[in-house]
Amino acid sequence: MNLYGKAWKYGDNVDTDQIIPARFLVTSDPKELGQHCMEDADPEFAKKVRPGDVLVGLKNFGCGSSREHAPISMKAAGVSAVIAKSFARIFYRNSINLGLPLFETEAAERIERGDDLELNPVTGEIRNLTKGETYRAEPLPAFAREIMGAGGLMNYVAKKQGLGKTAKPTASDYDPQRD
Amino acid sequence: MRPMTITEKILADHAGKGDVHPGELITCRLDMLMGNDITAPIAIREFEKVGATKIFDPDRLAIVLSHFVPAKDIKSADQCRIAREFAKKHRLRYFYDEGRGGIEHILLPQEGLTVPGDIVLGADSHSCTYGGLGCFATGVGSTDLAAAMITGETWFKVPESMKFHFYGRLAPWSSAKDLILYTIGQIGVDGATYRAMEFAGEVVARLPVDQRLTLCNMAIEAGGKSGIVAPDDITLEYVKPRAKRPWKVFRSDPDAVYHSAYEWDAGTVGLQVACPYSPDNVKPLADVAGVEVDQVFIGSCTNARMEDLRIAARIMRGRKVAPYVRCIVIPATHQVFQEALREGLIEVFAEAGCAISEATCGPCLGGYNGVLGAEDVCLSTSNRNFPGRMGHPKAKVYLASPAVAAATAITGKISHPQEVAAWEAGP
Repeated sequence: MNLYGKAWKYGDNVDTDQIIPARFLVTSDPKELGQHCMEDADPEFAKKVRPGDVLVGLKNFGCGSSREHAPISMKAAGVSAVIAKSFARIFYRNSINLGLPLFETEAAERIERGDDLELNPVTGEIRNLTKGETYRAEPLPAFAREIMGAGGLMNYVAKKQGLGKTAKPTASDYDPQRD
Repeated sequence: MRPMTITEKILADHAGKGDVHPGELITCRLDMLMGNDITAPIAIREFEKVGATKIFDPDRLAIVLSHFVPAKDIKSADQCRIAREFAKKHRLRYFYDEGRGGIEHILLPQEGLTVPGDIVLGADSHSCTYGGLGCFATGVGSTDLAAAMITGETWFKVPESMKFHFYGRLAPWSSAKDLILYTIGQIGVDGATYRAMEFAGEVVARLPVDQRLTLCNMAIEAGGKSGIVAPDDITLEYVKPRAKRPWKVFRSDPDAVYHSAYEWDAGTVGLQVACPYSPDNVKPLADVAGVEVDQVFIGSCTNARMEDLRIAARIMRGRKVAPYVRCIVIPATHQVFQEALREGLIEVFAEAGCAISEATCGPCLGGYNGVLGAEDVCLSTSNRNFPGRMGHPKAKVYLASPAVAAATAITGKISHPQEVAAWEAGP
């Protein structure tokens, strides 16, 4: 259940134009989007990110455009969770809907690039294995956990509506077994 | 019953509840849904992936191709086709292609598809624009849109409201754009996160609908969930001839509770400019006047309505765009383009040496039709200037009103309109 990865640290107001610039919005293919994740903020990121790694920002992470391509590109690049002091509202909603765990905590300040992290999305506990510190984020509301547990909003709605299919997991779906 | 803000009243009404309080999680029925050529294809994929076959009400979904149309390349042509085929299959009455539509946030109010008292869910962050008509409108991602297409409802956490009261009179040449830039400068790009921004006061009450939409358009740039102006006679005069559905007028109770309230004298706000690289890096025009620019863009969902084009044309009439400077004018919808043509505004821009195009979001998001290179400096009437928003991450973008943009295009440096045109000839 716990997630493990190295931290990629950024600052305030990492907006969705930096996460996935508009010139790549001509596609909705997760794999292609993943190759350009964070390209304008950090050209090295997409080349070096490892499955399970964690994005860490400070204030207002994910502000700007509503493009879901942002969390889709992160998941496709292998990002397992995002930690920030605060999240912009649409990004927060999109991430829950896609099953990308978010950790909101002032302790994002303490984390440095390259730190090894262990995260528990249920309790909100963050262990910084490099620094030997433990932080606590506010756990997600029960309602949001229910959506994540169903494998994202579409599966949650499909079940409630009694629709034929629950979707097969793709790169854009939550996979708690990934690690 | 507890006193409520206009936002709380609209949410309570759509949740079938007597009252709601901030922080409460509620499910609301939705009056109008919107997707564009970037967000709709993902929503359609999600919709079909779970085996959905029917939209809850096809007359409550508008699909507007706006960002990369006319198709800028092969891939965007393919994205548009996905949206177009879906619209055909589900017989969408409100599908808008190039040459008939335009930028969704100007198009939907123009077509009477968003009316006072509505809840509108749009898969585009600037969906908060519609609040200028007195409805609750908010931006979401594609998956939220897909789910709402099936169920006709969605969940909200009732937001706290912030009140922004403008008294006095607007300074000469100043407009709603200056008021909203000033507001964002004061509270910051996360100053209203998760909250509803309610604009009020005698200055707002005198603003025409076009400018009220501008005011609410940039609520998202302060992190706001929504922006709203209470409907009044000016709103209803605009809504009546075009409404496709009945409307309902809500107003805040005088003793409603706000997270915070600001009172500002519009007369002292004057002309404002947001400097690189953030919409909250706002300074009075005087502090940045004289900065040389390479490009001026008059367009986007923020400032490309008739009001905006009229004031720009008034300043540019009989004058030429400065040497080595380029000016791009993009009317927001096909109808605005036609009106501007009839009023002779297009001729003014063409004579001045502006490049003019069919309605599109185009350069605002660095899409096409005016993407910036690394060394470019641009003054734009659009809404965001984060690194890379209009092209290269190093390009510098200043945000300002159409009046400042027009004056800047003529002089080639950030300029007060009075440097170019006398106020007597102004609005």
